[in-house]
Amino acid sequence: MNETKKIQLEYSQMESDRMRLNVGPQHPSTHGVLRLEVEIDGEIVTEVIPHIGYLHRCFEKHCEKMTYPQVIPYVDRLDYISAMNNEWPYVMAVEKLLEIKVPEKVEYIRVIMAELNRIANHQIAVATFGLDAGAFTPFLYFFRDREYILWIMEKCSGARLLFNYFWIGGLAHDVYPSFKQEVLDAIKQVRKTNAEVMNLLIYNKIFIDRTANIGILPADVAINYACSGPTLRGSGVKWDLRKDDTYSIYNRFDFNIPVGKGEVGQLGDCWDRNIVRMYEMEESCKIIEQAVAQMPDTGDVKEAIPAKLRPPKGAEIYQRAENPKGELGFYVVSNGTEKPDRIKARGTSFVNLSVLPVISKGYMFADLILILGSIDIVLGEVDR
Amino acid sequence: MLANEIYEILKKEFGDGILEFKEEAPSDPYISVEPSKIFDICHTLRDSSELMFDYLMCLSGLDLGESLGIVYHLYSFKHTHKIVIKTTVPKETPTLPSVMHLWRTADWHEREAFDLYGMIFSGHDNLIRILLPYDWEGYPMRKDYNEPEEYHGMRVPY
Repeated sequence: MNETKKIQLEYSQMESDRMRLNVGPQHPSTHGVLRLEVEIDGEIVTEVIPHIGYLHRCFEKHCEKMTYPQVIPYVDRLDYISAMNNEWPYVMAVEKLLEIKVPEKVEYIRVIMAELNRIANHQIAVATFGLDAGAFTPFLYFFRDREYILWIMEKCSGARLLFNYFWIGGLAHDVYPSFKQEVLDAIKQVRKTNAEVMNLLIYNKIFIDRTANIGILPADVAINYACSGPTLRGSGVKWDLRKDDTYSIYNRFDFNIPVGKGEVGQLGDCWDRNIVRMYEMEESCKIIEQAVAQMPDTGDVKEAIPAKLRPPKGAEIYQRAENPKGELGFYVVSNGTEKPDRIKARGTSFVNLSVLPVISKGYMFADLILILGSIDIVLGEVDR
Repeated sequence: MLANEIYEILKKEFGDGILEFKEEAPSDPYISVEPSKIFDICHTLRDSSELMFDYLMCLSGLDLGESLGIVYHLYSFKHTHKIVIKTTVPKETPTLPSVMHLWRTADWHEREAFDLYGMIFSGHDNLIRILLPYDWEGYPMRKDYNEPEEYHGMRVPY
C-alpha cells in the first residue's frame, strides 16, 4: 500500500470552504466509468484529478497471446463508437510490415466506411454534448439518423457496433448491390439534420452562453499535451493526419480542415471544439460523395488477404490514422511468429483526457461537465 | 529532415551518448541512445531550431528479455518530420530520467509504462499507477509476470 495517492494541497485561507468531491465512476455525465476527484471552493473548481482504469481489460497483454487477425475484434472494443476507424491503423500497420498492397476497391470501401463512422461518432459527440448542456431534442434527432449509418454497416459486416470488417489485406465481405445508393441517401439525411441542429442547438443563445468562453485550451498547451483531432483543431491548429501525414487514398479527395476561429467566444473554448465536429461531418459527406463516384464496381476484396501472416523478425512500426477523436496509433513489434511481440495502442482519448486538469481549473463546477463533454472521450480507449 | 541527418546532428552533439542508427524497411528508422542522457537528448530534439520535435506521439515500454526498452515516437509540426528514439534499461535497476517536463503528455505515458513494466522515471512529479489499482503488486506486461492467486479476497485466475 505504499503507492497510494499523495495529494499535496496548497490550503488557502479559505480552507474550510474547500471541499473534495467524487464525480463518478458511475455517473451519466462522465461518459463511462471515469472518476474525477474534484476540489471545489464554493462553486469554483480548484483542482481536478482524473482516476482511470475502471474499464482496463488488459488489451495489450491479450494481444501477445493472439495471432494478428485475432487482434482485430479487440481493437474494435477500444473506441467502440468508431470501431471502423480503430481497425484501420491496426490493419495498415500489419500490412506495412508484410508489405501488402491493398486492392483499389478495398481502399475506397475503407474510406467510405471510415467516414461514415466518423459521422456517426460526431453525431454522438455533439448529441451528448448537447445533453450535458441540457438540450435533449438534438440527441433524439442524431440518434435517429445514426441508425441509417449503422444499418449500412450492419448490412456490410453483420454487426451493429463492433464490426471486425477490415481484415489484413482486405475486407471481411464485399458490399451489397444497393450500397452506393443507400450511402448517398444516408448522407442526405445527415446534411438535413445538421442544418436543423445548427439553428436548433449550435447558434442557440442559451447554448452559446453555456459553452462559449469556458475550458479554453491554448494551441501551445494542446500541442504540448499531444492533443489531436477536434480538440486540437478547436484551438485553431490546422492539422489533420488525412492531409498532413496522408495515408491510404486521402490525397485523391478534395476537402477542407475546419478549425476553431473563436466565433462566439475566445479561441479554443468548448463551443469551438464542438463546431469543428459539426463542420467535419460536412467534410466527411464531401469525401464520401467523391469516393462513391470514383469507386470501381469490380474487384475482389479478399484477393490480397495473406494465407500466412509472419512479419519479419524484429520489424516494428508505428502507424497512426485520424480517428474521429484524433490521432490513434498502433506500435506493433514483430518477433517473426504469427503472434505479435508487442502491441501498444496510443489511445486518443487517453491522451486528450490528460489535458482536462489544466483546462478545467477556475471554472464553475457545472462547466466541468461541459468541458469533459467537449473533449469527447470514450473510456474503452482511455483504459484499454 | 531525414532520419540519418537527425542522427548526424545528435552524434555531433552527444558523441558516445548515441549508440546506434538503424534504417531497414519495413521498420521505422530509429536511433538508440544511452538511457542516462535521454533528458538532454530530448531537450535538444525539442528545442534546437532545425529539429523542433514539439509533439510526442507515443511513449511505449517494451520487455526485451534481459532488459526493458522505452521507445519515443516524435513528430515536428514545424518541419513535419518524425524520428524514433529507443533506449534500454536493465531489469534490476530500471531507472531513467523523465521527459515529463519537456512534453507534458509524457506524464500519463510514463505512468503507464511504470504501471505495466516497472520503469522508474526519475524527476516525474507523480509516478503512481494509472491503469491498475493503486495497490496492485508486480508489473503485468513483463513476460515473466505471474498473476497473483487472489486480490482482496477475489480469485484472479479464471
